[in-house]
Amino acid sequence: MADIIEIRGLEKTYDDGFEALKGVDLTIREGEILALLGPNGAGKTTLISAVCGLVTPTGGQVTVGGHDILSDYRAARSLIGLVPQEITIEPFEKVIDTVRFSRGLFGRPRDEVHIERVLRALSLWEKRNNRNTELSGGMKRRILIAKALAHEPKVLFLDEPTAGVDVTLRREMWELVRRLREEGVTIILTTHYIEEAEQMADRIGVIDKGRLLLVEETARLMHKLGRKELVVEIAEPLATVPPALAAHGVTLSDDGCRLIYTFDATAERTGMTRLMADIAEAGLHLRDLSTRQSSLEEVFLRLVDEGAGAMDAAQ
Amino acid sequence: MTARPAHGLNWTSIRAIYKFEMARTLRTLGQSILSPVITTVLYFVVFGGAIGGRIESVEGIAYGSFIVPGLVMLTLLQQAINNAAFGIYFPKFIGTIYELLSAPINFLEIVIGYVGAAATKALGVAVIILVTATFFVELTVMHPVAMLAFLVLTALSFSLLGFILGIWARNFEQLTLVPLLVVTPLVFLGGAFYSIDMLPEGWARITYFNPVLYLISGFRWSFFGVADVAPWISLIAVAGFLAACMGVVWWIFRTGWRIKP
Repeated sequence: MADIIEIRGLEKTYDDGFEALKGVDLTIREGEILALLGPNGAGKTTLISAVCGLVTPTGGQVTVGGHDILSDYRAARSLIGLVPQEITIEPFEKVIDTVRFSRGLFGRPRDEVHIERVLRALSLWEKRNNRNTELSGGMKRRILIAKALAHEPKVLFLDEPTAGVDVTLRREMWELVRRLREEGVTIILTTHYIEEAEQMADRIGVIDKGRLLLVEETARLMHKLGRKELVVEIAEPLATVPPALAAHGVTLSDDGCRLIYTFDATAERTGMTRLMADIAEAGLHLRDLSTRQSSLEEVFLRLVDEGAGAMDAAQ
Repeated sequence: MTARPAHGLNWTSIRAIYKFEMARTLRTLGQSILSPVITTVLYFVVFGGAIGGRIESVEGIAYGSFIVPGLVMLTLLQQAINNAAFGIYFPKFIGTIYELLSAPINFLEIVIGYVGAAATKALGVAVIILVTATFFVELTVMHPVAMLAFLVLTALSFSLLGFILGIWARNFEQLTLVPLLVVTPLVFLGGAFYSIDMLPEGWARITYFNPVLYLISGFRWSFFGVADVAPWISLIAVAGFLAACMGVVWWIFRTGWRIKP
């Protein structure tokens, strides 16, 4: 896959001295879905804003489709569609006029066929002559997406597309994003929902405190950082973990019926053989065994903690 | 695909902004046109009819006719400033400015779109006021080309001023404060309803520092051929004001002041 966005050493320090981005390097490939994960104030929105022209970077370089976002901003921005986090929309305008305006604003000639296609794809066609204020929150969010797609961008930025959106609409949104990717649109989305990143993204970038901690293929990230849990269900409830098992770091569930052992699935020795032997030695009768991959949420929290720890160590 | 020459303006985008702004005007047609017309009619009734009847003609012109250029200017300034200020402040306020900033357009194109629409609307209202005036007083225009030039230059420069105001304002209070506290007094003290010859010596001298005086004087000259200051000085003053506003807008464009962190 060719690269479509190159970000090199991107920095942004706001006037009040706040360093929102501290030298971010990121390459985005054409046609991929990249999820940017990070806690509030990590710099996700500033990163998107800098690439899209809403914020002037204080350092570094960004190219979109080979065009520098500052010296060649017209060509760079023509390729980009942006869906902001907040629902910001001209209240009294008609839906279809709002979308037409976006296309014109981006310098594209009138194309009613394309406008209709976009509105239909977002189930807004029936509402095209309604005023924006008359529509529900979910529909307003879809208008924002329609506006961003009106000029046929190659890259779509979705800043928290499913924040405050109900489950049905979230599924619809995911479906839409997948469809767009099939059409060859590169998608960069920020999210709080780990599940979302895990479900949708080809690659995941983790941002915290203005730094990109890592970018990795979703599957490999899960594999690399994913811890596994072994749950051993026992026939007779226990009051405490037997000492031989406590040495493995095994914990006991509240009802005393399950022993939980966390291990690194990618390690050469998981310690499972020894554990099973020790369980047998302790004379426990097993009812069931299961293993579970830890969720990205846990992975993410670990990364952020490690990132903070590494930075504390550096200081 | 959409690459355009690096120089030269992106007229498709400018047209989009202009049309969008004009559509906003047309949506509120009643309040945008009715209220200035009613205000003007009231001025004619009060100043032209009630008071004007007791005032001798000013410099040989019936008082009712004499105040027409000042009234038109008053409305033109207010309309130009308010339209442009609100036009750019509103996207800032509701957040839709993100789209302007992310579009492949430069600040000059944004300015042309917004200021062009604000000036168009202000000119439209000014023409309606002029037409309304002909129902009340007799009106002849001695220098129609100069009149048009003054109208257009004033509409443009005060729309630019309004645009700057809209960028500067952080809230609705600031947005309405400047027109109320600065512009309206300047118009009233700029000879909208009198000739500055009627003022005592000291006040007349101070009035020469009021930029609006030159607008009204020049505009009045284009109707009646009489003026407080020479028409060419008026023209230079208007052009100078226009240039000053352009300078400020250019600076905003360079620095991204109050629109782009």
